[in-house]
Amino acid sequence: MKPRLLRFPWTGLVLFLGVAGFASHAEAHLVTTGLGPLYDGMGHLLLSPEEWATVGALALLAGLSGAAAGRLVLFVLPLSWLVGGTIGFLIHAQPPVAIAAIVLMLTGGLIAADFRLIRPVVGSIGAAIGLFHGYLNGVALVPAGEAALPLLGAALVIFVLVALVAAVVASVKLTWQRIAVRVAGSWIAATGLLLVGWAMRKG
Amino acid sequence: MNRPYRLSPTLVLSLTAGLLLAGAPSVEAHIENGAASGFAAGFSHPWSGWDHILAMIAVGLWGAQLGNPAVWLLPVTFPMVMSIGGFLGLIGCPLPGVELGIGLSALLLGLMVATERRPPLWIAALLVGIFGLYHGHAHGTELPPGRDGMTYSMGFVIATGCLHGVGIALGLVHRWPGGVIALRASGAVIALGGGFFTWQALA
Repeated sequence: MKPRLLRFPWTGLVLFLGVAGFASHAEAHLVTTGLGPLYDGMGHLLLSPEEWATVGALALLAGLSGAAAGRLVLFVLPLSWLVGGTIGFLIHAQPPVAIAAIVLMLTGGLIAADFRLIRPVVGSIGAAIGLFHGYLNGVALVPAGEAALPLLGAALVIFVLVALVAAVVASVKLTWQRIAVRVAGSWIAATGLLLVGWAMRKG
Repeated sequence: MNRPYRLSPTLVLSLTAGLLLAGAPSVEAHIENGAASGFAAGFSHPWSGWDHILAMIAVGLWGAQLGNPAVWLLPVTFPMVMSIGGFLGLIGCPLPGVELGIGLSALLLGLMVATERRPPLWIAALLVGIFGLYHGHAHGTELPPGRDGMTYSMGFVIATGCLHGVGIALGLVHRWPGGVIALRASGAVIALGGGFFTWQALA
């Protein structure tokens, strides 16, 4: 039987976050992979820390709130992302950047506080985040002139990311594992608040 | 049949590839000006000054000495309040006596460990929080202007958490009789360092 630490799939999660953390910065335009618009959409999400960090944070929150909440977010987030992305592509008015940072900070704060939210609340937060970040994604897609396939690619990555993270967190049973998730939440909240400062910084 | 856990070649290869990828610089068509270009720059920032390092390790040492729940509550409190300080520094809101506060943080936290003080949890959290505010403000004003605040902030916050982790790991020696003395001695060394930085701030 494996030791408890190794039975828990932290290794993969830490490796992913480590590699993704060092990924190059996000661009306002679509990442070109050369593999077509579907993969461009996937690449854009994976190379945009402000997007995958928010998706990851929401998945952590959903996992902490239980398996049912995780299952709800698994479908609500990609769908609302698609809707928001379509609206963003059609309207393409850039909202203030600080809003995304505030969303990240609040989500991290909820994780750190270990609030066990009821399913409709988690679903509503997921829908709001999906609509907002999808909208930003849609605005970024305007220069590319195509939204459907890139947004579908992004939604697929979101589905997989939420499924993995929320399932891992929903399965935690040991106290220290839940504490580790709360610590991660405090780091997310701190990062979000610093980002608000970056956005408000003059010069 | 139970088998001891062994690192599989696939996992070793994945970890190696991940580390190599993580260390690789992002491809740029131009030279990046300013250090705020990514996770690595943010991650290295908190390690750049001994005054910060000593205080953050002291937080971990004290948490380990106090035991549960302080062992995780103090390292959660510090980055969250630190980010408030960082936010104030980023937007240019002044905080008087920052250098003195940083020097005093290492001095007082070192003394707490050296004398094995066990105040009520809220007082310990308040003390750590106040010092976190000073450290965050100093970092916030030092953060170089850059276009990738997200990965920089992530690296910065995670590095702070790692420093607390180092302190907690070192602090675990208090479980052994000889370790109790070693831990108190390390607290005294930190207090001496803090005294030096306080004296420098006052000079």
